[in-house]
Amino acid sequence: MPHITRRSLAAATAVLLGATALTACGSSDSGDKAGAESGPVSLTYWAWAPGMDKVAALWNAKHPDIKVTVQKQASGDDLVTKIITAAKAHKAPDLVQAEYQALPTLVSNDALADIAEEVHGVKDRFAPGIWQQTTFGGEAVYALPQDSGPLMFFYREDLFKQYGLTVPTTWDEFAETARAVKKKAPKKSLTTFSANDSGLFAGLSQQAGAKWWTFEGDTWKVGIDDAATRKVSDFWGGLVAEGAVDNQPMYTPAWNKALNTGEQLAWVSAVWAPGTLTTAAPDTKGKWAMAPLPQWNKGENATGSWGGSSTAVTTDSKHKAAAAEFATWLNTDPEALAALVKESGIYPAATAAQTSGALAKAPDYFANQPDFYTRAAQIAKTTAPAAWGPNVNVAYTSFKDQFGKAAKAKSGFPAALTAMQNATVADLDKQGFEVAK
Amino acid sequence: MTQPPKGVRRSYGVEAAPYAPPSSSTTLKRARSAPYFFILPAAVLFALFFALPIGYAVWLSFHKVRIKGLGLGKGAKTEVWAGLENYTSALADSELLASALRVLGYGAIVVPVMLGLALFFALLLDSERVRGRSFARLAIFLPYAVPGVIAAVLWGFLYLPDVSPFHYLLDKAGLPQPDLMDGGPLYLAMSNIAVWGGTGFNMIVIYTALRALPTEVYEAAKLDGCSELQIALRVKIPMVVPSLVLTFFFSIIATLQVFNEPMTLKPLTNGIPSTWSPLMKVYSDAFTGGNIHAASATAVVLALATFALSFTLLRISNRRTTQGAGR
Repeated sequence: MPHITRRSLAAATAVLLGATALTACGSSDSGDKAGAESGPVSLTYWAWAPGMDKVAALWNAKHPDIKVTVQKQASGDDLVTKIITAAKAHKAPDLVQAEYQALPTLVSNDALADIAEEVHGVKDRFAPGIWQQTTFGGEAVYALPQDSGPLMFFYREDLFKQYGLTVPTTWDEFAETARAVKKKAPKKSLTTFSANDSGLFAGLSQQAGAKWWTFEGDTWKVGIDDAATRKVSDFWGGLVAEGAVDNQPMYTPAWNKALNTGEQLAWVSAVWAPGTLTTAAPDTKGKWAMAPLPQWNKGENATGSWGGSSTAVTTDSKHKAAAAEFATWLNTDPEALAALVKESGIYPAATAAQTSGALAKAPDYFANQPDFYTRAAQIAKTTAPAAWGPNVNVAYTSFKDQFGKAAKAKSGFPAALTAMQNATVADLDKQGFEVAK
Repeated sequence: MTQPPKGVRRSYGVEAAPYAPPSSSTTLKRARSAPYFFILPAAVLFALFFALPIGYAVWLSFHKVRIKGLGLGKGAKTEVWAGLENYTSALADSELLASALRVLGYGAIVVPVMLGLALFFALLLDSERVRGRSFARLAIFLPYAVPGVIAAVLWGFLYLPDVSPFHYLLDKAGLPQPDLMDGGPLYLAMSNIAVWGGTGFNMIVIYTALRALPTEVYEAAKLDGCSELQIALRVKIPMVVPSLVLTFFFSIIATLQVFNEPMTLKPLTNGIPSTWSPLMKVYSDAFTGGNIHAASATAVVLALATFALSFTLLRISNRRTTQGAGR
């Protein structure tokens, strides 16, 4: 009898040990946060910008009491999911890189801390339209702006000259240019309307004055199907329907080829376009030029933004003040911003940095346009404010599905826009938000 | 579990030797309890990594989030009991039904073509006159070793009109170039990836079953004047029906779970919505919509439907095979 018990005990212990070993594996990465109340503080930072570790190394060299470790992450939507999941388990890092449109989603999942007190006085370093995206227009500050992506018009200077085209300054002229291209070279297109990146459409609507998410009291209001967005969607839907622009998505091998061979003459994109063009269209280096985004009415001066991200402190951080101090340094200190421009290739959100020495020289790809960044800084100042809500992802997914279908059918976009509005409202309602219908 | 052999056993430095004086009552107890100890590790692992997550998913599916105010900041979201609400909205969702229909259409192409080819190749390899058998076997099996995502990227590039060599050749020959990434042809394009990747695996399963058949049967058939073709049709195929049933199941389940291929091809075309297959719908609910409760309910519905479909088909095929044997 006794030996049986002993053997069973041994078996049970072995199983238990195995189980604890497995659970230990699951939680190992949170170890470095605990137990640092006295002595040097160590912070973890989830970011996807390349070279962020090198920028953090600059900080670490000067601040032996606050050590920042960068953990490289996948960008965009995947990271949002990961942060929310980590926050749920109370294992989120101290600092995260987050895109502006993801901030309400993260805040509504209680993942981001309000750092208004810790970052007092940095508001003036940023353009109001950018700052507002990290505060949602209230008193709380949920993140510090890092980079921004003002929209611009990129075009093939040589081909424009060859076909006798002028750079459009209004969207009407843009449409005329698109038609002129089709007339002169039927196999080519001015550009494409891509249904696979919702950020560009959001930026274009922003330029037209759209405010997709607003709130009054405790009630959210979705304005995707409003007059401003409708103007944008009708404009592009019309161009696609008459065949003046292409309807295939961006970021495919086919799109790269179209840019590289001059099948497409232009690209409505953001300030980070040189980086993308370098890899997508390497053969056309030096043949492109940048101009301000076409306007809806002559004499207006506004642009939208596409992309851009911020640095946020999480609610799980035990060292909120230290984390906020690092975030402030990273996004306002001239040395840090110069390093970010050099190592990560970002376009800084801090206004002073946009005209600083780090951006004195045009990107290699645009060596033919030496004043690239001077012009970019002027354009960045005209960025219209954006308004994001707690389910941007749902709206973006709906955009891809609905506009993808409509672009394929070349049937105009009114139905797609209504469907996108309805899907967004229905999701807010389903998630339990108060929403005006 | 068998009785210890009679005779004196040595004890290995243990005070009470395990088998030394076996009183009849301890032996009986040991015999009864031993199996439980043996299954304990497996049971614990099963509970931890299978039953617990499933249980959690089911628990999630019966809950939802309640939001106070704008839903921003601390304590704005609380999890509350939802009853069957998530299930009713999942079942009423026309997108889920549409995605299920799309996948059934896809499966209607994939399963017969893939299994037909697998059986055909297996029979070819098994025939006596074939040469270069091991090379052919490897060549047919090789695509199975290519991960689904890689296969989808590879084929995606071959399908895309502007970079496809096929389109280039068709263009040079002045022939019309079909757009394989849209509408009806998309099903063929997607099925082609699955058939390309899955035929080899199924062929190996069927081929192994063929090799296990006794050769006397063939001799008997030959003596009766059967040709190779007749042997294949009348002897071999009926005898490998069990492995055909098995591969059929694997294929059905793999079809219902299709995810990698459409997900990888999605960014290349306007033709694939984010809810193309039911699993993509679950993924998009959970990870882009951030609604894990609704996603859990859809996942449970999907699991139950797969179970129901598998068991019904198993029933039918079992009845068929036993009837066939009875005749």
